[in-house]
Amino acid sequence: MPDPADRRAVSDAVADAHRREWGFVLAATARVAGSIDLAEECVQDAYGAALEAWLRDGVPRSPGAWLTTTARRRALDVLRREQTLRRKLPLLVEPLAEEELPVGEEIPDDRLRLVFTCCHPAIAREAQVALTLRLVCGLTTAEIARAFLVSEPTMAARVTRAKKKISAARIPYRVPAAADLPARLDAVLTVVHLLFTTGHTAPVGADLLRHDLVERALDLGRMLRLLMPDEPEVRGLLALMLLTDARRASRVAADGSLVLLEDQDRSRWDRAQIDEGLALVTDLLRGSPGRFGLQAAIAAVHATAPTYADTDWSRLLLLYDALAVLWPTPVVALNRVVPLMMVSGPAAALAEVEALEAAGQLAGYRYLAATKADLLRRLSRDAEAAAAYRTALSQADNDTERAFLAGRLASVSPTEDG
Amino acid sequence: MSEYLILIYEDEKSYADQDPALWQEAMEAHGRFAEQVTAMGAKILGGNALQPTATATTIRGDVVTDGPFVETKEVLGGYYLVEASDLDQALEIGKLCPAPFGGVEVRPIMEFPDS
Repeated sequence: MPDPADRRAVSDAVADAHRREWGFVLAATARVAGSIDLAEECVQDAYGAALEAWLRDGVPRSPGAWLTTTARRRALDVLRREQTLRRKLPLLVEPLAEEELPVGEEIPDDRLRLVFTCCHPAIAREAQVALTLRLVCGLTTAEIARAFLVSEPTMAARVTRAKKKISAARIPYRVPAAADLPARLDAVLTVVHLLFTTGHTAPVGADLLRHDLVERALDLGRMLRLLMPDEPEVRGLLALMLLTDARRASRVAADGSLVLLEDQDRSRWDRAQIDEGLALVTDLLRGSPGRFGLQAAIAAVHATAPTYADTDWSRLLLLYDALAVLWPTPVVALNRVVPLMMVSGPAAALAEVEALEAAGQLAGYRYLAATKADLLRRLSRDAEAAAAYRTALSQADNDTERAFLAGRLASVSPTEDG
Repeated sequence: MSEYLILIYEDEKSYADQDPALWQEAMEAHGRFAEQVTAMGAKILGGNALQPTATATTIRGDVVTDGPFVETKEVLGGYYLVEASDLDQALEIGKLCPAPFGGVEVRPIMEFPDS
């Protein structure tokens, strides 16, 4: 009998390999299995077999290679047993014969193929996110369902539908050609960013932050950076996430309440993470930065400002102007309002918000009403501010944000009961 | 290689309103499309233009009614059956397919295991 300490160490090694290597192992196995479904099953089995095998033989020097070899052997066994099935699987790539299988360190990193398949434009955005978490990060359907606050059967159906489409419509398992790469990469980055923002400010629920999702998004961002080191937008996204997440310790007070950037204790920002992000941003602005590069540059200005008042607001306004040209969305226009207020005053900013409101594209967006309320409050137009805070409250579903808005509402309507 | 059906959905009024010269243009566009598909190494296995939905008759159960299955602004006006290497190539073909008054839907053909 292995002693409990060994068992513990080995099971930690398996868990660690799950976290770090799942996507690598699955991507490499899919090439042999010819179908993602079969690959997933075999990878699952390989992780299941790892615990006993590693207890017996010790943890291998390269757990990823051991798991890949094991999963690939299983896939080949299944394919041999089901020769007819093999004929019906023109999907991914021609399965390799066992003797052609690279062994040990020679396994090529196929994770990019997997990511591009998960984020194929023929798959709905929410399913792209779910598939990426399932296949690249190895999260269970239950974990993904919890992260997005939907029921497990709903999430299972979403994932199944998407996987079925990959095989029925023959979505290819490959990195797109250079001509399609910018658009396809943008979809991948959007998925990772969506994951990050969902974790950074949870749309619903009791907690402001879902750090598990943020960690996964950072893992994916680092993976993409490793696999596509020359893509500026990949660097931009990673920098944006690092710089934004560096503020996490100061975003929520001890009592769980929301702390705005203006009031955050900057000494609690994660300096190491800021430095890592800044190093990525430095040379981005020399070329012509994309939308993630510009957002990273914006985050960098905040990250390096000694205080809120002492922030380089004119530079921020310029960066937002550039972003609004490149990515003319009403949300960007709304975010531009803050530096506009700091540079030109709350009245100018309010005019901008009212124009956005009149355009109607942000109807129901909680931050529109909240921004308007804040500007009215600064202009001492309390009654109007209170009305805007009430609108914002009716649109916010995150408890931490609701508490913040209720507090502000009380501050501008002192006579109101309750 | 896999087979896909490219369904062309367009506002048929736009064609009804057209003069013969524009019809000729549309025919030429489809001719060029066929050449482009061959040039990219895929194959058109078949295809047809359909008569307008005013000529359609719908049957549900035993009930026969005048008109198309679903009343919509953009209607199925024609199709191509193509053979492509994968969805990406099929979508590339779909992008080339002329549909100036609407768009196309790309659907994989279901394959049944040989028994």
